[in-house]
Amino acid sequence: MPKAADWNIGDELPVMKTEPLTRHALALYCGASGDHNPIHVDYDYAKEAGLDDVIAHGMLSMGYLGKMLTNWIPQKQIRSYKARFTAITHIGETVCCSGRIAKKWEEDGRWLVKIELFADTPKAQSIIGEAEVFLD
Amino acid sequence: MIDKNLIGYSFEPVQLAVEAGRLKFVAKALGLTDPVYIDAEKARAEGYSDLLAPPTFPFMLESDAFELDRLCDFFGQNVKHLLHAEQKFTYHQPICAGDQITFAKTILEIFEKKNGQLEFVVSDNTLTNQHDILCVESQTTYVFRNA
Repeated sequence: MPKAADWNIGDELPVMKTEPLTRHALALYCGASGDHNPIHVDYDYAKEAGLDDVIAHGMLSMGYLGKMLTNWIPQKQIRSYKARFTAITHIGETVCCSGRIAKKWEEDGRWLVKIELFADTPKAQSIIGEAEVFLD
Repeated sequence: MIDKNLIGYSFEPVQLAVEAGRLKFVAKALGLTDPVYIDAEKARAEGYSDLLAPPTFPFMLESDAFELDRLCDFFGQNVKHLLHAEQKFTYHQPICAGDQITFAKTILEIFEKKNGQLEFVVSDNTLTNQHDILCVESQTTYVFRNA
């Protein structure tokens, strides 16, 4: 379990890289997440909407980034988590999830760190995010 | 143009059941292997009442409560022009299988960028459980591309 004493500003969390995104992964996420927007699973619909192909849900990448975070610390230590979606993720692209400590402080006797979070495809940064996490 | 009089509008809250099967399906879709997400007994051993909902699950409940097509109609917009711009969560209490969540949504801001080519809708949400405990506050920002 990561301890406050061992983590300081600038330290990087263990990186998590996904497999290339498949249509199957998007179909599963469509069904499981309840986000049934056809733009993520229906090629014909995506073409009509002016895209070359279906595109991944931004929230799928936020989910992967959340997994990177909960691989590092138990979920109950996360106080807040946010993401700004900055680029589209396409079929066949990997999502590389990373984070680094940007701030560390004490509040009511507990340590907190602010983590800058990033999801990157091979071509673009798809998420810029942030989480506040308690460390014991 | 989205009607700015909608700023401050609160939708009728929606009640949603958090089902164990759904959480397992979500864990599969996200590749979650930590037992708290897939094994109820292990989740209970960690102090949760049942399977734990992962960090982005509140947005899935939002998708259940406010279907995109209907939400876009409400704003007089086409779902084809919709993008998710930003998502925030603040966690107070875990959401677990078996919970009954009341999802409430209020429109916080409606604004434009690039001379109206982009219209943003920001909403504040609360997820409260069956014990009347506030579990999560979230903020969702959608953008409609009118260009």
